[in-house]
Amino acid sequence: MRLEGKVALVTGGTSGIGAGTVGRLAAEGARVVFTGSNAAAAEQVCAATGARFHKHDVTDAAAWPELTDMILADFGRLDIAFANAGTESGDASVEDITMDGWNKVVGVNQTGAMLTVQHAIRAMKRNAQGPTGAIVVNSSMNAHRAMGNFVAYSVTKAAVVALVKSAAVHCGNQGYAIRVNAILPGVVETAMIRNIIEGSGDPAATRAAYEGMSPLKRMASVEEVAALVAWLGSDESRFVSGSEYVIDGATTAGMMGV
Amino acid sequence: MSALDPTGLGAQRLPGRVALVTGGLRGIGLACVERFLAEGAEVVLTDLEDPGTDYATETLDRLGQAASYVQANVTSEDDWQAVRDAVAERHGRLHVLVNNAGIDLTGAVASLSMEGWRKIMAINVDGVFLGVRTFVPLMEQSGAEVRGGASIINVSSIMGLVGMSEVAGYNASKGAVRMFTKSIALEFAEKRMPIRANSLHPGFVVTPLLQAGFQRWVDSGVADKPQDLVDMGSQKTPIGRLADPSELAGAAFFLASSDSSYMTGAELVIDGGWTAQ
Repeated sequence: MRLEGKVALVTGGTSGIGAGTVGRLAAEGARVVFTGSNAAAAEQVCAATGARFHKHDVTDAAAWPELTDMILADFGRLDIAFANAGTESGDASVEDITMDGWNKVVGVNQTGAMLTVQHAIRAMKRNAQGPTGAIVVNSSMNAHRAMGNFVAYSVTKAAVVALVKSAAVHCGNQGYAIRVNAILPGVVETAMIRNIIEGSGDPAATRAAYEGMSPLKRMASVEEVAALVAWLGSDESRFVSGSEYVIDGATTAGMMGV
Repeated sequence: MSALDPTGLGAQRLPGRVALVTGGLRGIGLACVERFLAEGAEVVLTDLEDPGTDYATETLDRLGQAASYVQANVTSEDDWQAVRDAVAERHGRLHVLVNNAGIDLTGAVASLSMEGWRKIMAINVDGVFLGVRTFVPLMEQSGAEVRGGASIINVSSIMGLVGMSEVAGYNASKGAVRMFTKSIALEFAEKRMPIRANSLHPGFVVTPLLQAGFQRWVDSGVADKPQDLVDMGSQKTPIGRLADPSELAGAAFFLASSDSSYMTGAELVIDGGWTAQ
């Protein structure tokens, strides 16, 4: 299998794209550690995938060394890190957003991604054959097409693309064989999106609106996004670094809303 | 998918699929042909070269029975009809089209000849258009057979994303491929045609095309020897080396497979970090 012998870390792995990626990486032979806050949901992921859960908040800088030390001690190495944890909770338009809301979203999406990349690089430098690995950061198509009612989400998803490029160039400058790339998904049919649909006044219309954003007239599945993460995490993509791969069913290939 | 193969990846991941690769005798094209064959696909490759040359004969013998060759010029509508007839007769289906054939052109813009400009546009742009136009009907039928649909992979370049001095013709042609690909991706999606279309954007890849280009730069006094240009390119690439064609084939394979089923209208940059800096 393509990821046999590799050790992977997925942040925000208890649901959605994160959980799907835990499953895909494990299915391809990787040993996977994932983080999050929902221990009950984590148990189900562990049972389904054989992965290990480590309760951790990506914004908790002080607790990061404990996580990576545990991975190196128990699994011997770190090859793949997927900076996936994200939120839009508390987000609003630029006119209305509160400082609390802004700080929450920037903290998780931007600072959390930076800490993930930082500690992944530090851990990958301790691999037996020297600094090697592949880091993937979950951005969004909203890095390129902003949403008026989600200013912090749009800003942070654009910011992490620059984070990826800076980290990729840094690793190159240092001579590390560590690659860093971003994925930019369109609308993905996660449990979170399903809850939004079901909780809306008109679920059928809300679902149609989400599906209609892509010219394919459907959302991505979690598995489709996980397949791209697996490719970028594998040695197949060994010449890919500093790249941003859009996976949005052509949503941003043209003019949105046309 | 099965219990033994939970990811559906299998040992060979393109069995039963038919692929066509233009410019398939060398460089990135040949690497794509080899990879698709290794994944269990049947492959038709085209190129300009007479199949009777020593190189073509040896290469085609090595590729084996699952590969077949059609001598064709991508700028010729007649040749494309012949390629279509050959694919239809031998396979009756087409799931993957890699429009890879291309040439380069360098020099000060004021020095470029109309002939040189028309030639690079004919091969790099007309060739891609004709490949797509020729095979859309067959790929629309065949695409319904495979999860994620048929896949068109147009080889652009990082020179389709960023400019470079004295590369105006190549820049223009590769930029055209990038936007052409987005337009057809949108068209197929809107018409519910089971065909995806994406562009590949290689950085500097060690191919005969690159080596010939480097030799021309040496001849024009830019460097003492081709290896100096390889070293300079490696040093300027964050990953610290140039790409091997097989690394582009890995991306083409991903786009050819069902794993990329939600990717259409996208750009896959494979440049070792060159354009990130």
